[in-house]
Amino acid sequence: MIEVTFTLNGSPTTVQVDDTERLLDTLRDRLALPGTKEGCGEGECGSCTVYVDGLPANACLIPTFQVKGRGVETVESLDPARLAPLHESGATQCGACTPGVALTALWILDQPELLKTHSLRELMAGNLCRCTGYNGIIEGIRKGLTEQAAREGRD
Amino acid sequence: MKRFEGLEKLTGRTLFIDDLPLENCLWGATVRSPAARGTIRQVRVPNHLEGSGLVLVDHRDLPGPNVVSLITDDWPILAAETVRHRYEPVMLVAAESRAAARRAAAQIEVVVDPLPAALDFRQTPTAEQIQVGDDNVLKQLKIERGEVDEALAAAPIVVEGEYETGAQEHVYLEPQGMAAWLDGEVVVVHGSLQCPYYVESALTRALDLPAERVRVIQAATGGGFGGKEDFPSIVAIHAALLAIKAQRPIKLIYDRGEDMAATTKRHPAWIRHRTGLSEEGQILAHDIEVVLDGGAYVTLSPVVLSRGMIHAAGPYACDHVRIRGRAMMTNSVPFGAFRGFGAPQTLFAIERHMDVIAKQIGVDPVKLRRLNLLTDGQATATGQVIDDGTDRQQVLSRALDLSRFTYKRSQHTAFNAEHAYLRRGIGLACFFHGAGFTGSGERAMKSLLHVAGLADGRVEVLSASTEIGQGTTTIFTQIAADQLRLDPEQILIAQPDTWRVPDNGPTVASRTTMVVGRLIERACDNLRERVGLDAAATGTELQAALVAWHEEHPDEELLGSARYQQPPGIEWDDETYRGDAYSAYGWATYVAEVEVDLRTYTARVIDFVAVQEIGKVLNETLARGQIQGGVVQGIGWALLEECRWQEGGMANHQLTNYIIPTSDDVPSIRVAFLENPYPHGGQGAKGIGELPLDGPAPAIFNAVAAATGVDPRVLPLVPERLMELIEQ
Ligand code: FES
Ligand code: FES
Repeated sequence: MIEVTFTLNGSPTTVQVDDTERLLDTLRDRLALPGTKEGCGEGECGSCTVYVDGLPANACLIPTFQVKGRGVETVESLDPARLAPLHESGATQCGACTPGVALTALWILDQPELLKTHSLRELMAGNLCRCTGYNGIIEGIRKGLTEQAAREGRD
Repeated sequence: MKRFEGLEKLTGRTLFIDDLPLENCLWGATVRSPAARGTIRQVRVPNHLEGSGLVLVDHRDLPGPNVVSLITDDWPILAAETVRHRYEPVMLVAAESRAAARRAAAQIEVVVDPLPAALDFRQTPTAEQIQVGDDNVLKQLKIERGEVDEALAAAPIVVEGEYETGAQEHVYLEPQGMAAWLDGEVVVVHGSLQCPYYVESALTRALDLPAERVRVIQAATGGGFGGKEDFPSIVAIHAALLAIKAQRPIKLIYDRGEDMAATTKRHPAWIRHRTGLSEEGQILAHDIEVVLDGGAYVTLSPVVLSRGMIHAAGPYACDHVRIRGRAMMTNSVPFGAFRGFGAPQTLFAIERHMDVIAKQIGVDPVKLRRLNLLTDGQATATGQVIDDGTDRQQVLSRALDLSRFTYKRSQHTAFNAEHAYLRRGIGLACFFHGAGFTGSGERAMKSLLHVAGLADGRVEVLSASTEIGQGTTTIFTQIAADQLRLDPEQILIAQPDTWRVPDNGPTVASRTTMVVGRLIERACDNLRERVGLDAAATGTELQAALVAWHEEHPDEELLGSARYQQPPGIEWDDETYRGDAYSAYGWATYVAEVEVDLRTYTARVIDFVAVQEIGKVLNETLARGQIQGGVVQGIGWALLEECRWQEGGMANHQLTNYIIPTSDDVPSIRVAFLENPYPHGGQGAKGIGELPLDGPAPAIFNAVAAATGVDPRVLPLVPERLMELIEQ
């Protein structure tokens, strides 16, 4: 067992973990944060997406000791109000991919400049969804971007 | 109305079975067969595991018969003497942690003396490979109408074709999982599932318990697509057996690799068409053969075969039809329910065949379809006279307009001449999908549903229909609220729990909104009558009446109920396979535009239009989402998803090498609905869940043929296959 200290959803956290333990298991099993899901366990599906120092990452591929001293944010930290456009556009069906989708989607909303070099569909390609066919997700992000731009225009 | 539980899902607050804490639980794992077929010589448990506190269960621990109750009693819960497919469950273990259980299971060795396996369903089995009857045929069916041989002999043109489709893995994003525990005398199972009462009947039988000692509760379920129709019964029995043996709660959760290797998949199929035509292209006779790979056990194959065959002649008129079908037993994982249930396979064949015919006789593919599409008053292959008032020509026209079919075709000629390596093409598919159970299935099911009027004036829908992502909760709330003129907030939907909700049938066959939705309407009417109100009553009046009723009848339950009634005029004969196969059909035309890269041999869908008539659309966002999701699953099946078989086992049972579409692999799916309310469906709806799986594959294949001039007939069209065709 090793001790790892990091910032979790804004609070300093210290946890004892197995040497090779995955961040995904630490969050789910030791820290009672089940919002992060395991869809494949091998970095393909994005259901386990979390932010590490603000960047989306697959928690199933990260050994927990690697987040020592870093900031980790999970779906539990998201502001529900910002998810409304995704809700309205049908971005979720069964919900299994959804926490990961929500994190990646809000990350894009936070960095709209990414769209100068990448398409929305490229940016979302790390999050597999078997239910929606992606339209609802893409439209939801687009809607969020539009609403955000309108708000910023007003401020 | 927005998805009822949408925000809960977006914020990660929806808890699936693996997310729910279970006090003092042990973790289960499954020991599986390494061989496709053989006799189990020994199950070797290493010495250090014996007596280590590990809980072990094998077939001898079963109180009841060793079969999963479905259609035929042939699917063992735990293999006893023999195994019939790789990854067949042989033994169960439970340990203090998930990792310890998996480690132990990996150390237990099943020693199998191999026997000759039947691995190719298209080949006649050799004597040594025969394991079922004298020919390995699991089920055989025939549909016949008119004088097929005479009509074929007299037809001026006969076009033949063979088509093949591969297996498909469901890849619901949440793998299979169950928790089980004992509550006094009662075995409780809680987990990811589509059909609580299927699980209940499998459990009572396997555990030899009366229904009152078994309780099945659905947890939030992360996708099903049919994959959680049959298989959860096995997982539930396994978890329950461990819980009984250990006398402790059990969690049995599959990881992705185990789920993909061991669970049921879409049936591979081989289909042959012989079609008699007039010079102009009118279909005069159909002779169709359908062969499915059933896999190691019967599961639901007979029903999949039947649905596949009923759809095999497509949405076209023809007086002389013969469809022969069989499902073959092979030593691979059992194939089971998957969205579409046999129809995607046969509709792929007929709709690809229509383009093959068009090319061969020199008729435009659109004209060929227009000439043959069913009009009201004409009959399907089973002799069902279609008379629903839907304008099928209009469905086709709308799809052509939206996709700018004719314009695109001429544009592609220019595009292809200009580009050295890129080829574009456009293709279409016209199809239909029967909603609800086949034939007399709904009548036999006798679904029962209740709505409870509560003391606080709210109303709770008590139904066994599950929310698995398709939107049951939202639609049910909407239907009940509309019917009773209440705010949606006044409606509760009970979690499916066999101790609380009556059996209104499984959540399958696109039947939930259409069949069960209608039951909700009628149960709501019944509730209103029970408190002395008529249909004109407002929501406020109803709520006041509910409160008053409860004041007069303290501690009593107030239920409005409805039992399924077959729409009038539906006749079906299971012996001859003649009659009204479904009470309603959805009608559709899908158009795919593809771009083929001749350097990489990849085909990409660059535009997709899906037009359908599905009765009344109850919730535009949800309905569109169902279609888009189904279409993308269909695109995956057509172009990307290939199960690679090794000795009857799926070799690529990982998302790394079994490729499903990402957002970047597919275009925006453009959806349009034509509405023709169906009087016997909930709020006028027909089923839509499965329909969108039927159209993408043939439309895409026809588009690839148009783009490249090759004639693809085997699905999936992965680059290797396309390369062979182009280089030929
Ligand atoms: S679980 Fe981590 S990417 Fe799939
Ligand atoms: S909503 Fe089910 S996988 Fe995305």
